[in-house]
Amino acid sequence: MSWEIVIGLEVHAQLATSSKIFSGSSTEYGAKANTQASAIDLALPGVLPVLNKKVLDLAIMLGLAIDGEIASESIFSRKNYFYPDSPKGYQISQYDKPIISRGQLKFVNNGEEKMINITRAHLEEDAGKSLHGEFERSTAIDLNRSGTPLLEIVSEPELRSAQDAVMYLKELHCLLRTLGICDGNMQEGSFRCDANVSVRKTEDPELGTRTEVKNLNSFRFVERAINYEAARQVEVIEEGGIIKQETRLYDPEKNETRTMRSKEDAHDYRYFPDPDLLPITITAEHIARIAKDLPETPWNKRLRYLKDYGVSIEDAEILANSPETSVYFEVCMRQSTLSPKLIANWIIGELSALINKSSVTISKSPIVPERLVSVLKKIEDGTISRKTAKHLLGLMWDSNSSADQIIADEGLSQVSNNELLEKVISQTLTNFPSQVEEYKTGKLKILGFLVGQVMKQTKGKANPAMVKALMEKNLRQST
Amino acid sequence: MNLPNSVTEIIQGFENGKFSSQELTKAYLNRIDNLDPEINSFITVCHERALLDAKKADRSRANGSANKLTGVPYANKDIFCTKGVRTTSGSRMLDTFISPYDATIVERLGSQGMVMLGKTNMDEFAMGSSNETSFYGQVNNPWNTNCVPGGSSGGSAAAVSAGFTPVATGSDTGGSIRQPAAFCGISGLKPTYGRVSRYGMIAFASSLDQAGPMGRSVEDLAHLLAPMAGYDSRDSTSSMVKTEDYFGNLEDELKGKTIGLPKEYFSTNLDRQVEGVIEEAIKEFEKLGANIIEISLPTTSLSIPAYYVISSAECSSNLSRYDGVRYGHRCELPTDIEDLYKRTRSEGFGEEVKRRLLTGTYVLSSGYYDAYYRKAQQIRRLIKDDFANAFTQVDAVISPTAPTTAFKAGEHQDNPVEMYLGDCFTVASNLAGLPALSVPAGFVGGMPVGLQLIGSYFQESKLLTLGHMFQKSTGWHQHFSRDESKGAQ
Repeated sequence: MSWEIVIGLEVHAQLATSSKIFSGSSTEYGAKANTQASAIDLALPGVLPVLNKKVLDLAIMLGLAIDGEIASESIFSRKNYFYPDSPKGYQISQYDKPIISRGQLKFVNNGEEKMINITRAHLEEDAGKSLHGEFERSTAIDLNRSGTPLLEIVSEPELRSAQDAVMYLKELHCLLRTLGICDGNMQEGSFRCDANVSVRKTEDPELGTRTEVKNLNSFRFVERAINYEAARQVEVIEEGGIIKQETRLYDPEKNETRTMRSKEDAHDYRYFPDPDLLPITITAEHIARIAKDLPETPWNKRLRYLKDYGVSIEDAEILANSPETSVYFEVCMRQSTLSPKLIANWIIGELSALINKSSVTISKSPIVPERLVSVLKKIEDGTISRKTAKHLLGLMWDSNSSADQIIADEGLSQVSNNELLEKVISQTLTNFPSQVEEYKTGKLKILGFLVGQVMKQTKGKANPAMVKALMEKNLRQST
Repeated sequence: MNLPNSVTEIIQGFENGKFSSQELTKAYLNRIDNLDPEINSFITVCHERALLDAKKADRSRANGSANKLTGVPYANKDIFCTKGVRTTSGSRMLDTFISPYDATIVERLGSQGMVMLGKTNMDEFAMGSSNETSFYGQVNNPWNTNCVPGGSSGGSAAAVSAGFTPVATGSDTGGSIRQPAAFCGISGLKPTYGRVSRYGMIAFASSLDQAGPMGRSVEDLAHLLAPMAGYDSRDSTSSMVKTEDYFGNLEDELKGKTIGLPKEYFSTNLDRQVEGVIEEAIKEFEKLGANIIEISLPTTSLSIPAYYVISSAECSSNLSRYDGVRYGHRCELPTDIEDLYKRTRSEGFGEEVKRRLLTGTYVLSSGYYDAYYRKAQQIRRLIKDDFANAFTQVDAVISPTAPTTAFKAGEHQDNPVEMYLGDCFTVASNLAGLPALSVPAGFVGGMPVGLQLIGSYFQESKLLTLGHMFQKSTGWHQHFSRDESKGAQ
């Protein structure tokens, strides 16, 4: 008889619009406090909300990608509560008629494919920020974030481990980024998560009482907070206690969860349809228009890379999980007939190493796909060795010159000239008679040493395959 | 100077060079200064600004760039935000609030070159039928200063009636234009919901609130409605239905028009003498060629409870923004956020507003929502259906605007429900979103009686025709509460 963890997740994804959901103010992150707060965001007397239609397109995209139901009519409701960073005294959200319901998301955890049901996804506005500690004895309010569009994505309580939860979140995060719905920036709060956690004995058909854990702003915290909270609940129950339904806050510094408010303190939000906004109607034509340009989901992309390109599972994941990387990879593919594996290796290996050393992203890399392809072509036609190619890539990172130009300027081209190589080889054979003898007595491994000497003599520019062939020929002839 | 009696007369006066906008504006301001202390119809009078705008108006008239209404003075209910001029909504909560923006209608009337004389008194946040709930004191009815002017647009109605302004804006959530118009003997129109933008009009109950014109004659209402009406992208509930020419049909014959008489409206607590006045008016319409038929609006008795549930629910949410955090009243030295909310709102709101906030919070709370709010919405649907059904047979529905004439100040102080029942003829058109007009139809005991005409959606023009033809033949609108020659010097 063991314990099972049951988890449902609520994700708040900030929609990638340039203006707010009900006002024209900018949503750009990091501006000076209250410089992006209009009369509407300040909830001045008399102002009215007007829906930013872009958010509908983004919600429809998610609905299509998770194969959910897209409501032909959905409603904005007011969630009433007092808080200083909620300027209207209510949040405009969706209650009994969300825009998206009943979708699914597939993900892989530990090689096992899983599918989780998504209960609903609804549109709402974000609150402002309360800043404690900026001023002595008072709280400061920044309303720049107030009215930022959010899509709240609620899963069924079908996740069974913290690891499951993390893998589900990563898949969702990747999906939202790939669709361009959300920039996924967790530091800036663009992708936030609350977890509903309960525990039960594995054979128990009933769910245990859940707690809601808030403030999980990284994948690592999600995993640690769920594990902590589940262990805490098991301990309480095993000691004969009962779990109270409550909201708990995760403290990453102490790695623990603490009571934030109990169920008794829970607000009665007095939801009712917002009379300032008309019901949202979405037509079949609207959905079709969005579907036509819907980007490929990461899940389908990975499958395609495996099937069509024959890359490894690991490489398919790395390439498909980042929309920027997959775009880069596919541009390379379009621009050459090089093997997909070769391109994948170089993107994941050398290019990533260069990118990691600097602070740019792959989409801003000075080595654009055309330039990488030009380097890889030089390997394929034997102009340079793989080792030289690495060196060349490093030079190209800091220079605008073409691969050809740098090869010429730096003399990186491999020595494939037979005459020249013959000369170095015969010199080498003369210089190392005992090694030549060893070879002749059957110790063929010594060949590597002799080839190495030639490479050394030519400062690595000789074509190693050619050196090896010529060397073997020479040794055979001299017997 | 003798003040003109209508907007039409003012426009002629400008065109004939009889007076300038500056002269006229000065005359109205003088009259307000001299006579309003007795009435208290203004919260703020904008002397300087009005004279400046009048000067600008005269200049544009001189250089030929004037519109028809350029230079015509008007008064604004203090529910409409006016950039740079205090906007209080009749509440202590907004006593210090100066809006940084203009309401859409303020912008539109301003762009016509109209001259705003000031901001008129009103029930606090438009909640009231007597103008007694204003933080700025009650307004006295110009016909009898012991009586109320009605509410919530009581300041606008009294100001027009007393000749302090030719026209005024009002807002109507459950009768707030029509009932004070009736009590003060003037004309008032509540347009179709969505006809006039709500942007910048301080919200009471968003699904019911509608701004409209108030004036002495139906013709003057048409003058003011024309620039007010029309789609506004800043109000999502604003309608894209094309506006009509509100003058073109004013003189249409009433022959062939059918007016419905809802039998339920005449079996309530209607004052017998008021009923008599309405019967006379009905005869007048018959004389003008209209066909009068009896109709039934079976859900009439449900409209008051449905109205008070819905309007209270919406206001309890709409007024949450007055929390003392960003603007408006804030209590002294709050100890924490809870204390800030409690004392700010306890001090900032008056008794009637608090009563409605509590009612609204209650009807929306979990466990009561279905019994009150949801049920009220269902009733609202039935009321709409009743009217839709009626408008298959009639062009307009006729009724008294209010069951009595203006009552004495303080009369309903101890029994708010008694006052709520006075809205029995007006709230249904707000619940259904229909346009409704009130015009003077006679007197009972020296106090004016209002006649209400309810029309179908976006048929303001038809209502204006009925009202105008009635006024042309009866002249009840030309009885004035105050001597027109006094106070303007």
